[in-house]
Amino acid sequence: MANSWRRERWDSFRLLTPNWQSRLPGLRYEGPDPDGYMTVGEVVEFIERFAKVSRAPVRTGTDVTSLRRVDGGYQVTTSDGEIRCRAVVIASGACNRPTVPRFNDAVPASVEQLTPFDYRGPAQLPDGGVLVVGASATGVQLAAELRRSGRPVTLSVGEHVRVPRTYRGRDVLWWMNASGVWDQRFDEIDDLARARRLPSPQLVGTPERMTLDLNALASTGVELVGRWAAVRDGRALFSGGLRNVFSLADLKMERLLDTFDAWARTHGRDAEVGSPERFAPTRVPESTRLQLDLRSGEIRTIVWATGFRPDYGWLDVPVVDAKGLLRHEGGVLDSPGLYALGLPVLRRRKSTFIHGIEADAREVVDHLARYLALRG
Amino acid sequence: MTTVANGVNVQALLDAREVLKGAPEAAQFVWRATSRWQNGVHSTTTVKEFFGLGQEQSHKSEAVFDADHPEVFAAEDNGITPIEYLLVGLASCLTAGVASVAQNRGIQLRSVEATLEGKHDIRGILGVDGDVRNGFNDIKVTFNIDADASKQDIEALVAQSQKRSAVFDALTNPTDVTVEVA
Ligand SMILES: Cc1cc2nc3c(=O)[nH]c(=O)nc-3n(C[C@H](O)[C@H](O)[C@H](O)COP(=O)(O)OP(=O)(O)OC[C@H]3O[C@@H](n4cnc5c(N)ncnc54)[C@H](O)[C@@H]3O)c2cc1C
Repeated sequence: MANSWRRERWDSFRLLTPNWQSRLPGLRYEGPDPDGYMTVGEVVEFIERFAKVSRAPVRTGTDVTSLRRVDGGYQVTTSDGEIRCRAVVIASGACNRPTVPRFNDAVPASVEQLTPFDYRGPAQLPDGGVLVVGASATGVQLAAELRRSGRPVTLSVGEHVRVPRTYRGRDVLWWMNASGVWDQRFDEIDDLARARRLPSPQLVGTPERMTLDLNALASTGVELVGRWAAVRDGRALFSGGLRNVFSLADLKMERLLDTFDAWARTHGRDAEVGSPERFAPTRVPESTRLQLDLRSGEIRTIVWATGFRPDYGWLDVPVVDAKGLLRHEGGVLDSPGLYALGLPVLRRRKSTFIHGIEADAREVVDHLARYLALRG
Repeated sequence: MTTVANGVNVQALLDAREVLKGAPEAAQFVWRATSRWQNGVHSTTTVKEFFGLGQEQSHKSEAVFDADHPEVFAAEDNGITPIEYLLVGLASCLTAGVASVAQNRGIQLRSVEATLEGKHDIRGILGVDGDVRNGFNDIKVTFNIDADASKQDIEALVAQSQKRSAVFDALTNPTDVTVEVA
């Protein structure tokens, strides 16, 4: 139970969503610190409690090794026997494997490579420089922690989502929730494919509620370089387009804050929050390195924080596209009685988050119930 | 949908995007150029045919580009230097991007001007100092845009045009280049 939280997170991990947002149907946070952020142990407890409260018949330690269509439904093969059923909801998660760019095999063997699934904490790494690749939630968090351990850290930055931890005195995720941005539905979004590919926001959950943007990282001495594009002759080559990914992120953040301000104004909420704030643009370093010799010993470890992907190796129903993602319409798959939950922007912008699944689940399960009723 | 007239057929581009989603083969283009040495460092490059949408294609007419070096390099200056062609490519690509994105976002443009500066330490190509690179050290593009939009929207246009620019990508990211003798 809570396998992904138990095995696939680093030691210092905390949720980036505040406690009051950790909600599952019939279970909400009732502890003393609604604005805090759960440690991984607390998340595991929370999910275990949900299993009890919901009295779901959980079969732990059971791997699904195959799911295929049979007459009248599906045949599920597990490490613990066979199951026949009329409908199936795939809730196997969007982040089963770390994604690593293919050129990683051109990295010299003298440099150690880790994914977030292997990473536990700084102590596990050899002394010396670290190149963290990817500046979304995982990358910025690991870069900050590694820098604090005294190591020289270089962070390779591609497109990213910049947000402050708090805005006008409230958690930025309070704003996302209250202003309705997070409730925006998949069928109202112009470019759904893009929304589904959006990287996670640069956020960390700390007791101090600190903002962890690139300015914060740079001020602790993290060196920023562009998106890592290729390896040539043992050298990492970085994009010279860093300025533009900064501008894109700064502009999008401004627009998001404008949306929040407009919402507060039109809904008469200005009095209960602080006054509008604007943040300094991301500082462009005087000069950025375009290449780095990986054989020089400067970098001892590479941490790939380049995202995650689902694994449907066990799924023997043709509903997976060429990129290995499920083809679905709001969680309804093109195979009668087969559904999905817990994928990015499945039905709403908040679908990727723990508390975002409830609303999706109601609609998907409604569809499922209608399907079963029709089939009698 | 909009009454904006920047002269970009955005609908055709959006339609192409839909079609090519299901037909990645058709999206494979090959751009070609042929050059001929004239004399000294002067050469003439012509561009006409290309391949795309699954078949041979052709520009309406052949374009001819002379490249040479200026007189300060003791050359005849029959045309701009090769590295200046990179600025031509970048300027026209970003400008096309600004126009397309503006059309798509319903922003009427009145004028779009870009000034480009590429800083180049020629000690690299002359072999004076092995630590100096051959190419540009940096390139600065300054846009002057008059349009029915806020400063923020104009900045977003320019940012988006970089994000979707072929030449910006070709200049900022490494490309595998093979040069052979036939
Ligand atoms: C690094 C990271 C940080 C995150 N931080 C936050 C956060 O701060 N706040 C937040 O709200 N959300 C966060 N999320 C998102 C959060 O993980 C998801 O919203 C949530 O876990 C989705 O729950 P799920 O049950 O759909 O998927 P998961 O939690 O991924 O669970 C899927 C389960 O299915 C199991 N499984 C997969 N394949 C099989 C199989 N073949 N047979 C049997 N079992 C299988 C997996 O082992 C796993 O236990 C984070 C995600 C990641 C990767």
